[in-house]
Amino acid sequence: MAGSAPELSGRPLWLLAELTYRCPLQCPYCSNPLDIARYDRELDTDDWLRVLREARELGAMQLGFSGGEPLVRRDLETLIGEARRLGYYSNLITSGVGMDGDRVARFKAAGLDHIQISFQASDETLNDFLGGTRTFQHKLDMARAVKAQGYPMVLNVVIHRRNIEHIEDIIRMTIELEADYVELASTQYYGWSRVNLDALLPTRAQLERAEAIAHDYQARYRDRTKIIYVVPDYFEDRPKACMNGWGSIFLTIAPDGSALPCHAATSLPGISFPNVRDHSVREIWYESEAFNHFRGFDWMAEPCRSCPEKTRDFGGCRCQAYLLTGDAANADPVCGKSPHHDRLVAEVERIDALSDANAAARPLVFRNMPNSRKFLA
Amino acid sequence: MSAITRESVPALVPMFRFQWEAAQECHVLLYPEGMVRLSSSAGEILKRVDGDRSVADIVADLKAAFPGADLEQDVLNFLDQARANGWIRA
Repeated sequence: MAGSAPELSGRPLWLLAELTYRCPLQCPYCSNPLDIARYDRELDTDDWLRVLREARELGAMQLGFSGGEPLVRRDLETLIGEARRLGYYSNLITSGVGMDGDRVARFKAAGLDHIQISFQASDETLNDFLGGTRTFQHKLDMARAVKAQGYPMVLNVVIHRRNIEHIEDIIRMTIELEADYVELASTQYYGWSRVNLDALLPTRAQLERAEAIAHDYQARYRDRTKIIYVVPDYFEDRPKACMNGWGSIFLTIAPDGSALPCHAATSLPGISFPNVRDHSVREIWYESEAFNHFRGFDWMAEPCRSCPEKTRDFGGCRCQAYLLTGDAANADPVCGKSPHHDRLVAEVERIDALSDANAAARPLVFRNMPNSRKFLA
Repeated sequence: MSAITRESVPALVPMFRFQWEAAQECHVLLYPEGMVRLSSSAGEILKRVDGDRSVADIVADLKAAFPGADLEQDVLNFLDQARANGWIRA
């Protein structure tokens, strides 16, 4: 982009603070790990204040308060205030459940920069079914409160087989709510959504239709709402540049203080992730074995090692490579050059062939603590 | 959209925060879940964009700070691009 300086790497520019895995919603595509029930010892306020300070000293600029549902934390106002004082641009990533108009105003006074609210659908019944709780009317109220307070607002809707046919209604809802940005984020298949893959992966025909509608609205509303449509990578043949490379710019801190190069990294076996209770953020970022594990290119196997595109996509996603090939150092099988790509294509075709009735009839495993305990057992 | 002129009064779009980043040694624009690192000349221009000063004022101030530079066209070009990027209004 004109006016921008060359890319600097090597600093955690993005800090994702997963304050808690507690959540009043139970979305079956949740990106949290399956073992959320294990995280019963959350960092306290002083731990978080120290993490914010140390990451900012290393150069972090963007801060996401996420979870679970970050509004569950009573100390959120305190953390927002410190984030503002330190010079972060702070983003609250929320379902909207756990705040009211007054709390939205208090966050503003404390210095919060932006609020992203998730919707599950544009239809009350479907929204409340997918979230496992009645939230739709409250979400509408909160979206209006966010705009009334003058925040930039992102509305995020995760798109999958159960709501993709409603995409036009979804987009219209977000435009009526005066969203500045709309993220139509196709489900990524890790953790909970991987368990629910057969029920959630759309067909190719559904995707193509949804994409055409999204592009139409992107063009028509370009001047007031920026609509971002993310295709599910299972349908691609080049992998995403996941996290912009391992340990490159992203730092996630899980509720128990584990430091992760991405929020799904705990799914990888054989890597011990350092904890901010034991180490400074500087030690973790620069010196820990975990953050150096997939840095650079030396860890790569073929076909990545000799691939000219490795500097662009970093071999794709480590978690996906592990999930689909059993070895996190393999190429992400989304890549057409991966020897495992054909198997992924076959899986997508198998699901594509499921009739809608068959896909809809599959019971969804909802993201909640009782179900998580079953995965732990 | 007409081109930005010497009389235009540019202002940063409220969604963006412009600040100096000591760790990066550059100015940045921060916005929801994103950031732009600015070159030093872009930073010097945007530092003077306050919704009050005209382009002519900004150019005069830059000339005082960087004597000998003939930069009016560069400033106009940058501001056109910044507006196309959605960073400023003018």
